[in-house]
Amino acid sequence: MIKGKAWKFGNDIDTDVIIPAVYLNTTNPEELAMHCFEPILPNFKEKVNKGDIIVAGKNFGCGSSRQHAPIAIKACGISCVIASSFARIFFRNAINIGLPILECEEASEKTDNGDELEVDLEKGIIRNLTKGIEFKAEPLPESILQILSSGGLVEYVKKKLGGE
Amino acid sequence: MGRTIVEKILQAHTNDEVKPDRLIEAKVDFAFANDITAPLAIEDFKLMGAKKVFDPERIALIPDHFTPNKDVKSAEQAKIMKEFAKEFGIKYYFEIGRGGIEHVLLHEEGLTLPGDIIIGADSHTCTYGALGCFATGVGSTDLAAAWALGKLWFKVPRTIKFNYKGKLRKWVGGKDLILFTIGQIGVDGALYRAMEFSGEVIRNLPMDDRFTMCNMAIEAGAKCGIIEPDEKTIEYVKGRAKREYKIFNSDPDAEYEKIYEWDVSELEPQVALPHLPSNVKGVSGVKGVKVDQVVIGSCTNGRLRDLAIAAEILKGKKVHPDVRVIIFPGTQKVYMEAMKLGYIQTFIESGAAVSTPTCGPCLGGHMGVLAKGEICVSTTNRNFIGRMGHKESYVYLASPAVAAASAIAGEIVSPEEVMK
Ligand code: SF4
Repeated sequence: MIKGKAWKFGNDIDTDVIIPAVYLNTTNPEELAMHCFEPILPNFKEKVNKGDIIVAGKNFGCGSSRQHAPIAIKACGISCVIASSFARIFFRNAINIGLPILECEEASEKTDNGDELEVDLEKGIIRNLTKGIEFKAEPLPESILQILSSGGLVEYVKKKLGGE
Repeated sequence: MGRTIVEKILQAHTNDEVKPDRLIEAKVDFAFANDITAPLAIEDFKLMGAKKVFDPERIALIPDHFTPNKDVKSAEQAKIMKEFAKEFGIKYYFEIGRGGIEHVLLHEEGLTLPGDIIIGADSHTCTYGALGCFATGVGSTDLAAAWALGKLWFKVPRTIKFNYKGKLRKWVGGKDLILFTIGQIGVDGALYRAMEFSGEVIRNLPMDDRFTMCNMAIEAGAKCGIIEPDEKTIEYVKGRAKREYKIFNSDPDAEYEKIYEWDVSELEPQVALPHLPSNVKGVSGVKGVKVDQVVIGSCTNGRLRDLAIAAEILKGKKVHPDVRVIIFPGTQKVYMEAMKLGYIQTFIESGAAVSTPTCGPCLGGHMGVLAKGEICVSTTNRNFIGRMGHKESYVYLASPAVAAASAIAGEIVSPEEVMK
């Protein structure tokens, strides 16, 4: 079960906002996290408490295919991203690097900045504890949950191959 | 409730329940990469600790983007691929001189087949959907995982259906249909979605034109393009197929997110103006734009029929003195056929340069990069800023017919005008 405070974002948050291109000369998660959302929310990492949740509008993560974007978000301590919709490559990259994401338009619309949220990835249930409402997203299937709990696709395959 | 062809193919490859928007884990039939994407995938494959690939006969490695190697860096990349192919016994490594551009080569070789799930670390992997398979581009990490496990996760796309009615005019073909479609729905008009092309016009369309259409599905943001297999598909696959394959069709009551229907009988050749593939006009609306370079080829229009059309127009004529024309057949086999049929001679006699198969000019890599201010009519698939060279160069996307006609006229014209 994931629990944390909501950080609200709008529509079409692109990868240049998530992690500006000038910082792409490293793949170190800690370094990337320091500049996460810098153009719109400087020092985001310091403001976030571990486990906090991003709630965004449509087309989150649009723009370039940089895998650095979900890496930066995850390294900030964000436990899950909920959005009305995601850009396709961001969606793949997030799961492949082990950042849980859920699509839920209703949760995105009815959640305000700072609301306390609780997320059950297996059931796809999002609870807004502040407002006392519950939303239903398409749950993540077992195979994807395994990728996430392994910490990403590379680790997942490593584990699977080791176990065979 | 019925199912679409995409849903049926996915269901045949997974134990998860296939429903639009669901995530599933599915078996992959074929997985490939090129000289740009393979080295990264190989690195991840090694990080995963994999000791062998899932099936050495279901992987292809195709050096095509910067090949014949344009500099030392590209040579190093290509070398990583070649060594990996040797080390893991990959059956389908296509050396220069025995291969060509990945998305013209793999279906020609019978390696991508109806009913398959095909993944490639390249966005134009959607090309193979013309055979009635689910084919989509993925990242290098995805590819590495598939090489190791033979499986990958997918999000089941919703399907948008495109119905084309009527009869196409002379000189109008698959490229014009797909440009028209992207012009109508925009570069994000099919985001995440499967584009299913159908209707009498598609049934009458030769396979080469069908590949052209599915190739550009990604330019509308789609995850894949697909055409239900028919006699033409089976005829095409016969004699090439390197494996068993299976035919799937959409149910008559399949659920589509949206259905577009167009009568295209009056459609004129289409052109996408700089700098978006959706910036589309009929050729008569672009008439008179002076041209510096014409490029005919690529994974969009580098097949035999494309060259046949270009040759028909260039035969006995001369390229305009102010224009340079670069023609690059998609594969060695296309090249050879074009030679036997006299097309290559026609091209050279007309004053065009013919290059060995490569992606080169399509991505502004080499073999035909544009200078500042230059205008190019190209049969490729992208005309983004700087795609084929200088950031102040201008690419007009069109069919081989419009490209060849413009090469003769020195400005963008309809094929009808030079064939009067
Ligand atoms: S020909 Fe162009 S679009 Fe096709 S694979 Fe090569 S670079 Fe990509």
